[in-house]
Amino acid sequence: MSQDPGDRRVVVTGPPRRSRRTSGYYRPRTEIDEQTTLGHTYVRSLMRSQLRAGLTVSAVLVLLVGPLPLLFATIRDAGLQWTVLGCCLYPPLVLLARWYVRRAERNERDFVRLVEDR
Amino acid sequence: MNQFAVPAVALVVVATVLVGAFGLRISRTTSDFYVASRTVGPRLNAVAISGEYLSGASFLGIAGLVLVQGPDMLWYPVGYTAGYLVILLFVAAPLRRSGAYTLPDFAEARLASQPVRRLAGAFVVGVGWLYLLPQLQGAGLTLAVLTGAPDPLGGIIVAVVVVATVAAGGMRSITFVQAFQYWLKVTALLVPALFLVLAWQGDGAPRGAFAEPATFRDHRVVRIDDRLDLRLSRPLDATATGTIDGRRYRSERVALAPGVHRLDRGTRLTFAPGDPVPTATHGSNGGMSTSLASGRQERPLYATYGLILATFLGTMGLPHVVVRFYTSPHGVAARRTTVAVLALIGAFYLLPPVYGALGRLYAPELSLAGDADAAVLLLPQRMIPGLGGDLLGALVAGGAFAAFLSTASGLTMAVAGVLAQDVLPSRGVRHFRLGTVMAMAVPLAASVLVGGLPVADAVGLAFAVSASSFCPLLVLGIWWRRLTPPGAAAGMLVGGGSAFVAVTATMAGCPVDGTLHALLAWPALWSVPLGFLTMVLVSLATPGRIPARTAAILARFHLPEEVRAEAKG
Repeated sequence: MSQDPGDRRVVVTGPPRRSRRTSGYYRPRTEIDEQTTLGHTYVRSLMRSQLRAGLTVSAVLVLLVGPLPLLFATIRDAGLQWTVLGCCLYPPLVLLARWYVRRAERNERDFVRLVEDR
Repeated sequence: MNQFAVPAVALVVVATVLVGAFGLRISRTTSDFYVASRTVGPRLNAVAISGEYLSGASFLGIAGLVLVQGPDMLWYPVGYTAGYLVILLFVAAPLRRSGAYTLPDFAEARLASQPVRRLAGAFVVGVGWLYLLPQLQGAGLTLAVLTGAPDPLGGIIVAVVVVATVAAGGMRSITFVQAFQYWLKVTALLVPALFLVLAWQGDGAPRGAFAEPATFRDHRVVRIDDRLDLRLSRPLDATATGTIDGRRYRSERVALAPGVHRLDRGTRLTFAPGDPVPTATHGSNGGMSTSLASGRQERPLYATYGLILATFLGTMGLPHVVVRFYTSPHGVAARRTTVAVLALIGAFYLLPPVYGALGRLYAPELSLAGDADAAVLLLPQRMIPGLGGDLLGALVAGGAFAAFLSTASGLTMAVAGVLAQDVLPSRGVRHFRLGTVMAMAVPLAASVLVGGLPVADAVGLAFAVSASSFCPLLVLGIWWRRLTPPGAAAGMLVGGGSAFVAVTATMAGCPVDGTLHALLAWPALWSVPLGFLTMVLVSLATPGRIPARTAAILARFHLPEEVRAEAKG
């Protein structure tokens, strides 16, 4: 350990969050930690927004996939069925997944911003 | 017979052991064993998950199914893929944040109930064994078709290699093995597919593959290896030698009327070009592609929707799929991993239909002889004569073995995890190894002893049971505050139990016809709602049993880690 203040190591960290937390007694984060009614309301709101995102995407999935067996049964065009089921459904599935992840992560970011009051 | 098949399979087995041994050197702690210490990055983890998920049913079964039953069967790969989207939407991140190792752990963390935990454990072991059975059978078929080895040998090889790698290295080494096997499987289907498509074009690109029903393109002799019931939708003219409907023929023309005809073992049928390929109902000689075939003919639309629901919702409850989410470092990574998995398996599933379509053109008689699952294995030699075809065939065989090995490892891992934690006395690595042996011994014994059962139905059964038991447990457990332990137990028992009974009844040949048969063969459409409904109603009827810490537990499932990490400190 060097005694010379000139080359002493300095610890660099992010903004000291804990000090902000103690400053206001009604802060959302404290509410969540201590499991008060208000804290539950915050968690519920996050769950609701995440569930809404999931249900939206699954509704799109149902609308996309649901009518297909009926369609194939009425049109009876084997070529169409081969094309749609063989390759055309996979890209929309991946796109739906990416869209959901973006939305879910945005919900979480909004939530963090809310509870940290930034 | 393919003289390169044995070296190719041996090479895959040796490579699997070597890659597993590489993992062994860095697998030290109990946490390494179960969840690779939760440090697997999204990219490696996604490849490993895909490698584990693409089973023999995907590698061989889909092409065989399409060959026998036409494009309706393409719903299987779509369902296997979309199942991951459903996991992503409702399960992935919260499941990871729940911090549990296995499904029983999840049940206990959420409901604080030992009985529910044990029930979930029993379901995991049951579904895992059901799913292991076709892997071992498929391995046996692959080896038997390519080398003429006795049927159980392939299954025994897979069992030994899997037990050795899993018991030695646990999850850490499995991760590397499975990532390696994903790329192996893609290569083993992609490279021959390219050559096959070139050969098809060289043949003048005939388009008959999409015709319904498939027709023979040239004179083809079909030898019936096992007694079978032939179902004809239109009159059939063929030259027959052997016994049909109890009458003996010697190179005579037979005109068979529409309906069901029984062909005895050793009968040979010669078809002329343009003859439609009849469909066969196999009484005893099951394969991955004869799965519940007869159920489809009665209520095709109902069967299709049943299949869609079972695969979409059943994926989340497969034990080897769920256990993988615990290996992600956090919830956000679990989500991103799932997206990558969707893309990887979606890309893979573009390939089996190519084999199915070409099989309908060049090997339509496989559906009659009862080994349509071998279509992927036999097509290269059938379409490309000489050394090239043999080499490509060997590559496919290696890939097929990789498929059996990787899925079997994942399932063994998951089942062994449950056995080690809930059945055996303590959690150490030694008991995990014992659990591994137990996890594999039961399905291996079953596959050797009851080789003739329509084992492929086990895949459909596993999906239906998992969709009607674990799907309600996971979805309601993650999103519904009022779930109670009695509700969860009742829902799993009623939903999963009824699906199990229904499919077992059809497999056992319960003498019912028409609508009832379709209802029993494809139970997901009623058993999944039944599972959900029971879980909700019993939970609402027992409001006093809501676990005390439900709010805190749900907060842990859903809060982003950055909020939670500081909440702890």
